[in-house]
Amino acid sequence: MNPYRRSLLAFAGGAGTLVIAAAAGLLRTGQAWAATWNKAGFESKAMADVMKSLGATGAAESKDIVITAPDIAENGAVVPIAVTSRIPGTQQISIVAEKNPFPLAATFDVAGGGEGYVSTRIKMGQTSDVWAIVKAGGKVFTARKEVKITVGGCG
Amino acid sequence: MSITRREFLQMLAVAAAQGLPLAGRAAEAGISEALYELPRPAGSATLLHFTDCHAQLLPLHFREPDVNIGLGEARGRPPHLVGEALLRYFRISPKTRLAHAYTQVDFEQAARRFGKVGGFAHLATLVKRVRAQRPGALLLDGGDTWQGSATSLWTRGQDMIDAAKLLGVDIMTGHWEFTYGAARVREAINKDFAGRVEFLAQNVKTLDFGDPVFKSHVIRQVNGVPVAIIGQAFPYTPIAHPRHYVPEWTFGIQEEALQKVVDETRKKGAHAVVLLSHNGMDTDLKLASRVTGIDVILGGHTHDAVPEPVPVRNRLGTTLVTNAGSSGKFLAVVDLEVRGGKVQDCRYRLLPVFADLLEADPEMAAYIRSVRAPFDGKLSEPLAVTEGLLYRRGNFTGTMDQVILDALMEAKGAEIAFSPGFRWGTTILPGQTITMEHVMDQTAVTYPYTTITDMTGAAIKNILEDVCDNLFNPDPYYQQGGDMVRVGGLRYRCDPTQKIGSRIGGMTLNDRPIEAGRIYKVASWAPVGEGASGEPAWEVVARYLRSKKVLRPVQPNRPALVGVDGNPGLA
Repeated sequence: MNPYRRSLLAFAGGAGTLVIAAAAGLLRTGQAWAATWNKAGFESKAMADVMKSLGATGAAESKDIVITAPDIAENGAVVPIAVTSRIPGTQQISIVAEKNPFPLAATFDVAGGGEGYVSTRIKMGQTSDVWAIVKAGGKVFTARKEVKITVGGCG
Repeated sequence: MSITRREFLQMLAVAAAQGLPLAGRAAEAGISEALYELPRPAGSATLLHFTDCHAQLLPLHFREPDVNIGLGEARGRPPHLVGEALLRYFRISPKTRLAHAYTQVDFEQAARRFGKVGGFAHLATLVKRVRAQRPGALLLDGGDTWQGSATSLWTRGQDMIDAAKLLGVDIMTGHWEFTYGAARVREAINKDFAGRVEFLAQNVKTLDFGDPVFKSHVIRQVNGVPVAIIGQAFPYTPIAHPRHYVPEWTFGIQEEALQKVVDETRKKGAHAVVLLSHNGMDTDLKLASRVTGIDVILGGHTHDAVPEPVPVRNRLGTTLVTNAGSSGKFLAVVDLEVRGGKVQDCRYRLLPVFADLLEADPEMAAYIRSVRAPFDGKLSEPLAVTEGLLYRRGNFTGTMDQVILDALMEAKGAEIAFSPGFRWGTTILPGQTITMEHVMDQTAVTYPYTTITDMTGAAIKNILEDVCDNLFNPDPYYQQGGDMVRVGGLRYRCDPTQKIGSRIGGMTLNDRPIEAGRIYKVASWAPVGEGASGEPAWEVVARYLRSKKVLRPVQPNRPALVGVDGNPGLA
């Protein structure tokens, strides 16, 4: 742990988050963001509709996409999901929790030359495959990983 | 390696068979020599490993499971072998001391014949003896050391912290330790362990920035050989226990982070890399196939007493995976032969600690007496005499679990009861007096609350399915390493080979089918949810036993098993 960094950020409050996001410098902002808002995708309740909205219906799985997520979630309300895409020319990364009431959890547009890495937290109500949908060079690729939500308790 | 190991076991088995029963002192001394005087391999670095002692300072009986089912690739392979199947696989002669140590076969008879096992005073003697033969040997503790007894609970682990220092533990990792809370763990590390015991866990990070909470590894010179030890705490600590004990920490297996640590230790010049793991054996077997560069995984958590290491191939080599049982029954001696900067060979022995073959170490014995003295009156309170054998281990039930369930149902006026599938807890022989200490051995947790809940039939089924998946999910990374929740009142059928949602069926209560929409009264204890309260389980069980005075043999409520006929993990 780095106690100095923690106390500094505690002092700086919410500003810390903004600094990190700005430093990353990879996300489009403002109007461009609004222009590409995938309304149909985010409002879809069916997995098939989400995939369609992302142009991912029948898309190929890629080993160059790595999903970093817990095998068993510690807290379904905030499940940390990171996606790394090593596919050249990655333009967009979406995260989809198949069994969520609204499966599409997030879409990130990656500016030209940006590294294909995003990290966020999503809410999950039950055990489900989590999909990463990557657009690169006009094509769409997928990867998935199961994240288990459990009632807990053991030995 | 494995042939040498098998010959060694065979030799011991023969010696033991000849020496026993009703052996004179001379014959016993001969057995002790055969068991504990180990040939010294040249130029090696030695590690000693024990794990999951669950705070048992005194010698005890501990019955190994008669049900430990393995499915798919795990079927019929260690650790999923029980009883005679285990003896055959490892070529251990039946009716010997080793057979008694590793299996439940003829448990009562063998326990009376061979006496108690474990106990820190006897373990200390063995550690000293091996260390005298092997200079510089490191002693590694796999965790679950501060929990499992009355005195550990009442001293918040202090009795075990001091016992571990006296025993000469060099390095440990943890699991139940965390149920005393993050502050307590930090206090022990900063005050008691400073300069003495390293607490390692590469897979515990802060929730906010992912910063490491503990040291991930150390590199120690062992008899002149640089050996890296990496710690791996129980990955599902915040799920298996109330979250509030470690609110700011995140766990998990963290394979990629582990690979980085392994690579780092190799770069720093480690000639041998060892993972001190609390993952559980199935998880370790999978991990060994995916993470490269580890020579040996010294494993715990699942309490599997596995006599030989399992070699696992991965992309760049082979990793040996071990599991060293529980309750202080065993000390593993790991001789690494290191030449040319790498491990050339490994000899592994999982030595049972037979209390009557190893004299009690006077210093440790005196310490144990002193730490127990203030509690003697409470510990020795007689509650009832048991007519049957009381034990815990097994995938589905144990007779001791059944007593807890019966006590819960009676105390709470409940028709159904649940008790967690804990793998710890001592075994009590027929005719023995059950004391308060015995009850604490089964219930001493920091969240012992008993509860009564109205649950629908559907909710009950969901819980059974969920816990069953933690045990039988085909992917070990989705298993948590405990056993099935123990169930009182309700009868059910279980097909472990199915998927979640389809394993549990035929649920009945008093011969009538459970209805999905009906409400049932369910008694339980050790809730992981926030804000729970209730009378501690030990009070409920003790009251029940006092009222019985003589406890008739109980019939454990084992579900009807489907799809696992002939499984070598089923005796």
